[in-house]
Amino acid sequence: MAPSTPLLTANGVTKRFGHVQALQGADFAAYAGEVVALIGDNGAGKSTLVNVLSGTMRPDSGHIELDGRPVSFTGPSDAQRHGLETVYQDLSLAPDLDPATNLYLGREIFRGGLLRPLHVLDRPAMRRSAATAFAELGIELRDMTVPVAALSGGQRQSVAVARAVAFARKVIFMDEPTAALGVVQRGRVLDTVRRVRDRGVCVVLISHNMPEVLAVADRVEVLRLGRRVASFQAADTSIDELVGAMTGALDDKEAS
Amino acid sequence: MTTTDQVPDAPPVRGESVPWLRRALQLNEVWTFGILVLLVAFFSIAAPGKFFTTYDLTQIAVNAAIYLVLGVGMTYVIITAGIDLSIGSVLVLSAVAAAEYNIHHGGATSSWGTVAVCIVIAIVVGTAWGAFQGALVATGKIPSLIVTLGGLGAALGLAEIATGGQDPANAVSVHLQNSLGYGKLLGIPWLVIMAAVVTLVFGLILATTRFGTYTYAIGSNPAATRRAGISVGRHLIKVYALMGLMAGLGAVMWLASYGTTSIAGHSTDNLKVITAVVLGGTSLFGGRGSVLGTVIGVFIPAVLATGLIIIGVQQYWQDVAVGAVLVAAVYIDQLRRQRRDRG
Repeated sequence: MAPSTPLLTANGVTKRFGHVQALQGADFAAYAGEVVALIGDNGAGKSTLVNVLSGTMRPDSGHIELDGRPVSFTGPSDAQRHGLETVYQDLSLAPDLDPATNLYLGREIFRGGLLRPLHVLDRPAMRRSAATAFAELGIELRDMTVPVAALSGGQRQSVAVARAVAFARKVIFMDEPTAALGVVQRGRVLDTVRRVRDRGVCVVLISHNMPEVLAVADRVEVLRLGRRVASFQAADTSIDELVGAMTGALDDKEAS
Repeated sequence: MTTTDQVPDAPPVRGESVPWLRRALQLNEVWTFGILVLLVAFFSIAAPGKFFTTYDLTQIAVNAAIYLVLGVGMTYVIITAGIDLSIGSVLVLSAVAAAEYNIHHGGATSSWGTVAVCIVIAIVVGTAWGAFQGALVATGKIPSLIVTLGGLGAALGLAEIATGGQDPANAVSVHLQNSLGYGKLLGIPWLVIMAAVVTLVFGLILATTRFGTYTYAIGSNPAATRRAGISVGRHLIKVYALMGLMAGLGAVMWLASYGTTSIAGHSTDNLKVITAVVLGGTSLFGGRGSVLGTVIGVFIPAVLATGLIIIGVQQYWQDVAVGAVLVAAVYIDQLRRQRRDRG
């Protein structure tokens, strides 16, 4: 199902923190309209790789290409301009602000006319289009004016996901999006992931949960000790195989 | 002196019965306004015909005007989860800078031109000092408490060096005193009008603009604000510069009103203003608050002070009462915050 040319690739990415070599020449590829899971043991470099790909961190060396063109993001907002969004593990929401303000944080809609130069917010417009964005994901928020802190964990998760979905044109990175959720909400997030994929956006999913990875991902890339050690089609693999690749027990399976 | 603050952090509303009432009762401003109304009612009854007179109301407003201007700046700073202890010293430094220029350019009888330059000097000195402190806070290496504690000492020290520690004579032009200081428009003192305009303008900016939203966002979650592509450091510099601007304006108002720099008279401005802001429901933990709340918070101590004098109680009881109310206000804020925040 994946087209032949990747949407986003990383080649030979390295990143060092003091004495820790978090990435030692990591490769990665993601295709439009697929869910690709990025898995690995603790310390394998998953979060670092996603931080590099989403513009949060600068790599020490290596190449990143988007649509076949080399890119070098100056920060998360630069990556956002290129159509890449991230759902952070901590959700990255301002708890005292309402869902619409959070959705549009850094991308506010302003009133026109004389008020335009003053950057006066058009709150009704922001609430309306936020409600549309939530509805598209099947999320219903009873009151759009309450602070995010007053929402349940699942609802907060939904706000963070909706923000990424509303603005992502190419790739969404999701760092452990279901880690803090109950069973029902977990299922809902995975439905959302599939729905986003069906709109042609690539979803990069970081997860520890192997059954979940096999349930939702089209492909799985495995990191170990800062390198990609394997790449599987989700339909052709098993939990044992994934765990083997993560822990290094299956080194003969090495791909790429 | 009302702002149409639409507080973006209105607490949750779940009840269906009389939703506007429930919503209103969950706003901090409503509760603190209730306390203010009770105080006014109490003093009006305790001293019939004395408290609720034009003279007393005007006097209360004049006394509150400078603290209100400082409180507006402090509201922004505290909403970013910061604090500014230096405001009294920055006010003095701005006043001394303006006074020194005035002394050498005509003294007490200096021209309107000199008055204009003095006003500009006070505003520029305050804003620059604030921006410098903001730049230090923005590095993220030094807490605002320490930056502005250092600023408190340094600004006052510089003012004392410039004057030898004595309030200079001929510091203020009579033009400034007779206009902004004692002048009235339709019976309302210019000081009060100026404070009202500043409050209204910056209350609206906080409540309705992107600048205000970023201020709340930074206090609420600085990391998330940064990831949203917002330059947190640059915004913090602007917020502390705004606080400095307000200290500069406060210096102009003080010079106009009292005709002297009062170098030794501003050491507790910071505590008074922080108390007013917190009484008004602005959270010391950042992310929540409003200028409307600060207006109420400024008037509670002002009404208490005047009222206690009128009913013949030692006015020092005011400090006791305000202290008790302040602690209670923060305690209630904490309870409500815990109830609101799930998980």
